[in-house]
Amino acid sequence: MFVLSGRIPELYIAVLGALKAKCVVSPLFSAFGPEPVATRLAIGAGRFLVTTEPLYRRKIEALRTGLPKLQHVILIPEGTASTDIAGTLDWSRLVEAQSPDFTIPPTDPEAPALLHFTSGTTGRPKGAIHVHEAVVTHHVTGRYALDLHDDDIFWCTADPGWVTGTSYGIIAPLTNGVTSVVAEAEFDAETWYGILQAERVSVWYTAPTAIRMMMKLGTDALRGFDLSALRFLASVGEPLNPEAVVWGQHAFGRPFHDNWWQTETGGIMIANFAAMDVKPGSMGRPLPGIDAAIVRRAADGSVTPIDQPMVEGELALKAGWPSMMRGYLNEEARYRKCFAGKWYLPGDLAMRDAEGYYWFVGRADDVIKSSGHLIGPFEVESTLMEHPAVAEAGVIGKPDPMAGEIVKAFVALNPGFAPSEALRRDLLGHARKRLGAVVAPKEIDFCPGLPRTRSGKIMRRLLKARELGLPEGDLSTLESDAR
Amino acid sequence: MNAAEAKRLVFDVLSRIAPEADLAVLPGAAHMREELDLDSMDFLNFISALHERTRVDIPEADYPKLFTLDGAVAYLSR
Repeated sequence: MFVLSGRIPELYIAVLGALKAKCVVSPLFSAFGPEPVATRLAIGAGRFLVTTEPLYRRKIEALRTGLPKLQHVILIPEGTASTDIAGTLDWSRLVEAQSPDFTIPPTDPEAPALLHFTSGTTGRPKGAIHVHEAVVTHHVTGRYALDLHDDDIFWCTADPGWVTGTSYGIIAPLTNGVTSVVAEAEFDAETWYGILQAERVSVWYTAPTAIRMMMKLGTDALRGFDLSALRFLASVGEPLNPEAVVWGQHAFGRPFHDNWWQTETGGIMIANFAAMDVKPGSMGRPLPGIDAAIVRRAADGSVTPIDQPMVEGELALKAGWPSMMRGYLNEEARYRKCFAGKWYLPGDLAMRDAEGYYWFVGRADDVIKSSGHLIGPFEVESTLMEHPAVAEAGVIGKPDPMAGEIVKAFVALNPGFAPSEALRRDLLGHARKRLGAVVAPKEIDFCPGLPRTRSGKIMRRLLKARELGLPEGDLSTLESDAR
Repeated sequence: MNAAEAKRLVFDVLSRIAPEADLAVLPGAAHMREELDLDSMDFLNFISALHERTRVDIPEADYPKLFTLDGAVAYLSR
């Protein structure tokens, strides 16, 4: 079952209802364009979709015939008016007809419960399967990494369309018995300060881009707000720069506690705990029960832990915890590739200091982290390639002080097309319509050709080095390049 | 800058950020971020482009005044 809606009560009701009914549920980000929505519905072979009438009309209706597995679409009405669109069902009528009594059947800890999509460097998005037992990790990490206590009022600002918004926006607050605040509005500093004050939020879990935007606004904007209830601040999505950690202390009287995890791990793995010194810029130390290491990969694919402090290598976690993904849906080979022996390799480069704190260095692949969202370059390139003017496209993450990275595209044009501002706008509009603003490129550059390896893969690393004016590194596999 | 000039400028900036949008039907009172699918980076780019083109300083605290088309036009034509 898929859910596609803004952060309205029915989204939460639908997700919890699906879990109780032993469905596998996948919340989708409502800001996705029709293309990412349809791709995920098709990969997940979604049978049910809960959405709203405007989202259905904008993103689903036209694609419905291409989704033969989708049997039922349930529309959440706005206000009291019932929806009446052919081929859909009305939420209110269905819900009202049901008895409030429901006995939850026994659930197998290993039965799939959640499907969260994530992006790789190549190929289509991957659907990471999480099982019912994942709730154990959600619960425990809520307690230890976010310091949730019975009387807390907790606000996780993430959307359930991303794993954080489900693990910590729906499940962890529920099992920890805290009051959970949900805000429908997108980021706006004053609105957010108003929510922190009005709801007396005590534990706040947010993201680096929002924190950096608040920093830019300055502490003057906080004047007049009573945020005395705040006692623990945490951040996730991409590494939080040291200045932002310290700014938390300056602005809110508390530092931001950065932590690290990803869609596949299902829950927080490494964190600056409440009880330990925060090292600004570090992701912290592994949670109880989590074995982490920095490893070096050998040519045969095997890995060896690096014991010396502050040596760069791949971050690795010893496989096996309740919220570890159990697979990528129908993608066994890609799932296998994430492991080397007993180690799970999340694809991040990092270092560990002498005190056991981990420091993020970068991604080991070309996946883009923009405003806390993981974006696969391939999905963006494919959409650009659908445009008749585009012969080839290469997409990179360009470092940005606010968003961490922004999506930047390089395109080579087909014969008969010439670079122009009008064409740039046409390509941008095409990408935004198909992908949505959060996935579409922010910048598009034209170039005569793209550098490729001898095997034909676009060398995104080289595009990025050139964009940043960095040394181009090893070019021995470079095949073609019309600069 | 009068209101008509301000509106032309806002449309010009928006058409660079969200070229797919049909600005002719953009309701003046609607939140542009929702109506035009602008994410937070798009909105920041919108503000900084307005600043570059007009040299009008737009402090962050004023951003909410530019959430709607009418609001942005009024702000720039003050």
